Amino acid sequence: MSAEVERIILAGFGGQGILFLGKILAEAGMRNGKHVSWIPSYGPEMRGGTANCTVIISEHPIASPLVTVPDTVIAMNRPSVAKFNVRIKAGGMLMYNSSLIERQEFRDDIRLVEIPASEIADELGNARVANLVMAGAYAKFSKLIDYEGMVKALPQLIPASKKELAEINLAAFERGYQYVKEKKYMFGRYVYSVFKGI
Amino acid sequence: MADKVLMKGNEVIGEAAVLAGCRYYFGYPITPQSEIPAYLSRRLPEVEGVFLQAESEVAAINMVYGAASAGARVMTSSSSPGVSLKQEGLSYIAGAELPCVVVNVVRGGPGLGNISPAQSDYWQATRGGGHGDYRTLVLAPNSVQEIADMTIAAFELADRFRNPVLLLVDGILGQMMEPVQLPAPLSYDLNQKPWALGNPNRKGGRNLCSTIFLDVEQLEEHNWHLYQKYQVVTDEFAKGAYQHLAVETHAVDDAEIILVGYGIISRILKTVVEKARKRGIKAGLVRPKTLWPFPSQVLADLAARTKQFLVVEMSCGQMVEDVKLAVNGRKPVFFFGRTGGTVPSDFEILNEVDKLVRPD
Amino acid sequence: MTMEQVFARPKCMTKTPFHYCPGCDHGVVHRLIGESLDELELGDKTIGVAPVGCSVFAFDYFTFDFNQAAHGRAPAVATGIKRVRPDHIVFTYQGDGDLAAIGTAEIIHAANRGEKITVIFINNAIYGMTGGQMAPTTLVGMKTATSPYGRDAQLCGNPIKMAEMLATLEAPVYVTRVSVNTPANLMKAKKALKNAFRLQKEGKGFTFVEVVCICPTNWGKTPNDAHKWLAEKMLPVFPLGTYKDVLGVDKG
Ligand SMILES: Cc1ncc(C[n+]2csc(CCOP(=O)(O)OP(=O)(O)O)c2C)c(N)n1
Ligand code: SF4
Ligand SMILES: [Mg+2]
Repeated sequence: MSAEVERIILAGFGGQGILFLGKILAEAGMRNGKHVSWIPSYGPEMRGGTANCTVIISEHPIASPLVTVPDTVIAMNRPSVAKFNVRIKAGGMLMYNSSLIERQEFRDDIRLVEIPASEIADELGNARVANLVMAGAYAKFSKLIDYEGMVKALPQLIPASKKELAEINLAAFERGYQYVKEKKYMFGRYVYSVFKGI
Repeated sequence: MADKVLMKGNEVIGEAAVLAGCRYYFGYPITPQSEIPAYLSRRLPEVEGVFLQAESEVAAINMVYGAASAGARVMTSSSSPGVSLKQEGLSYIAGAELPCVVVNVVRGGPGLGNISPAQSDYWQATRGGGHGDYRTLVLAPNSVQEIADMTIAAFELADRFRNPVLLLVDGILGQMMEPVQLPAPLSYDLNQKPWALGNPNRKGGRNLCSTIFLDVEQLEEHNWHLYQKYQVVTDEFAKGAYQHLAVETHAVDDAEIILVGYGIISRILKTVVEKARKRGIKAGLVRPKTLWPFPSQVLADLAARTKQFLVVEMSCGQMVEDVKLAVNGRKPVFFFGRTGGTVPSDFEILNEVDKLVRPD
Repeated sequence: MTMEQVFARPKCMTKTPFHYCPGCDHGVVHRLIGESLDELELGDKTIGVAPVGCSVFAFDYFTFDFNQAAHGRAPAVATGIKRVRPDHIVFTYQGDGDLAAIGTAEIIHAANRGEKITVIFINNAIYGMTGGQMAPTTLVGMKTATSPYGRDAQLCGNPIKMAEMLATLEAPVYVTRVSVNTPANLMKAKKALKNAFRLQKEGKGFTFVEVVCICPTNWGKTPNDAHKWLAEKMLPVFPLGTYKDVLGVDKG
């Protein structure tokens, strides 16, 4: 992952908290002193029940906030993989919710990271925090997000109407991070080689 | 200074208006600007302001006309089809020389079109739009921070020149979140405009707000008076107090091709310039920050130095006419546009640049 | 053995699946319009006008000609069409934001001129399409995207009762308010639509059918809860019934 800029497209079903996940990453970058931007898909695109957003975290001021070729795609459901897989930069990363997306022959020029986000969220007792699991997982790879700082900041970012969910959101964020750490996914070689074999 | 906060462009328009001393908002729902009224319907009551959802854009702009004539800092916002309906009121407001801020979060047209981002209201915005010989100032921010700064500038300009000021944004800027440093609130006194209706601090006599001049000589005189005011506005943007709001240039000194674009397009063009330079193409960027008055002189000066211009817009080509007027035939001016709510990618623009620079 | 088909798509309706949210009443009312026009054998002699609102794509669901009008202007557009094609049934299909806010002038004057058109007014107390803002028919105290503290009658007035208002005019021949929240009401709604179309066919004058509907999505309720809420909260403010019936068609 480039140390200077991270361009991420995040996608999933409406209701999976995709826009909030993007916002968390943007907040994390901002709080770490980086330049950030966040653009949602809006309008008729949303009616089909899918949502996506684009996040950039950068050491330098962001010229175009639009991303044609992302460094990373975070996919929470199958249609998102189908839609955005082809756009990932060669050598980029596809991080996907393996609870809802089965293994398949992806491109072999990208790094694959599977996170059973929905299962982890279920274990924690609320399927809806799968997005925070992904945020934590991404934080482990990111060079521009300060994980410890985010752990501190996260409770403030939960909207007042959902305060009772602050704790479980934080737990999900930590579990996502730990999952990547334990799997020693660093740079995704682990899954990458598994996939080479199928 | 306050910390930066991550906010949506549309919400920042609402907050910046409040910080500028705006306490009156009249509007009618339309996508993709709905966050502005939603935000102000929560926020204005907190500062004892008035949020009122009008029965139509025609009504909303006329409520603005009334509130402005009574001395308030007042705003309305809409998107393209709704701004078409506001043109009648804008003509009256400009004719009566009242200050107000009008936001257009532009979407694809004509007709209902769609709600995707577009720049196809450039002509409507910069040519007056309604009937009669008048102008509106048009500011075109390209980031959430600039949305905050320009919203506040818009209120100051409106008061300074007693004229409507348009903030021209598009769906992306309205929906996008970026860190923003909100400025300190300005104080505004409802009775600081001596001409305002109902103002107890007037000098004497009564105050009248009107646009009717049955006598042709009087109306001609009024029109020339407005014209002279617009000349002052133009001068102040070209070489006076508002130069900083007029235009941004980037990498133009040695540029052989100059890209011209405003709003969100200018951000994409900046990326194109970076990529082009990596390929050894000397590209530069001119970004009009204010669309009226248009920064013609800057383009005219650059025409003497560069080889060609490429104007990029999310329309079939509207601002390109102003660029051509400024360049006045000295160098070729080319155009690349996407329309109907499509945003061009840096790749396709770079491709155009390539074709122009290396014609074979 | 022969089987009688008792439920089929009306002839004047297309196969296109509705784009409305699950449980939304728009589709139900569309179907009642289709059935009524079929039964009156008017399906090929009708022109619809739908302005913006969730039903802006109504033209997709009917086989006859359609005009997609600007926000609020449908009664004026329908006036133009009917004056050119007096032999056609011309109806508008408008939401509450459309008819009772931005298009108030157009509806009142079309009704007052006695335009020989039928106006179908979908009152769901909210702006559906734009994401749940306050409508002129929003109930007092009801929270919406632009009345986050609940509708305040002091600031925003009370819900407008369009049927009652239009009934005060001389020209309209039939002004009624129905709902589709129960099977019985649904049958009444269909009867009202048929009355209106029949009166138009006979050249009698302006007809108006208000349908009190749900918007589960923007009310934040399931369709079931929404129908309960409609019966408990909306119908007391918008009582069902016929407000003007010059020719006594309701009585048969
Ligand atoms: C001039 C103009 N202003 C605003 C809009 C945005 N707009 C589209 S539909 C709508 C109102 C929808 O509400 P309603 O008429 O009640 O219909 P519903 O969706 O609830 O069926 C609005 C404000 C527009 N299209 N044109
Ligand atoms: S938003 Fe409301 S009115 Fe529109 S289709 Fe959905 S339920 Fe129906
Ligand atoms: Mg409605």
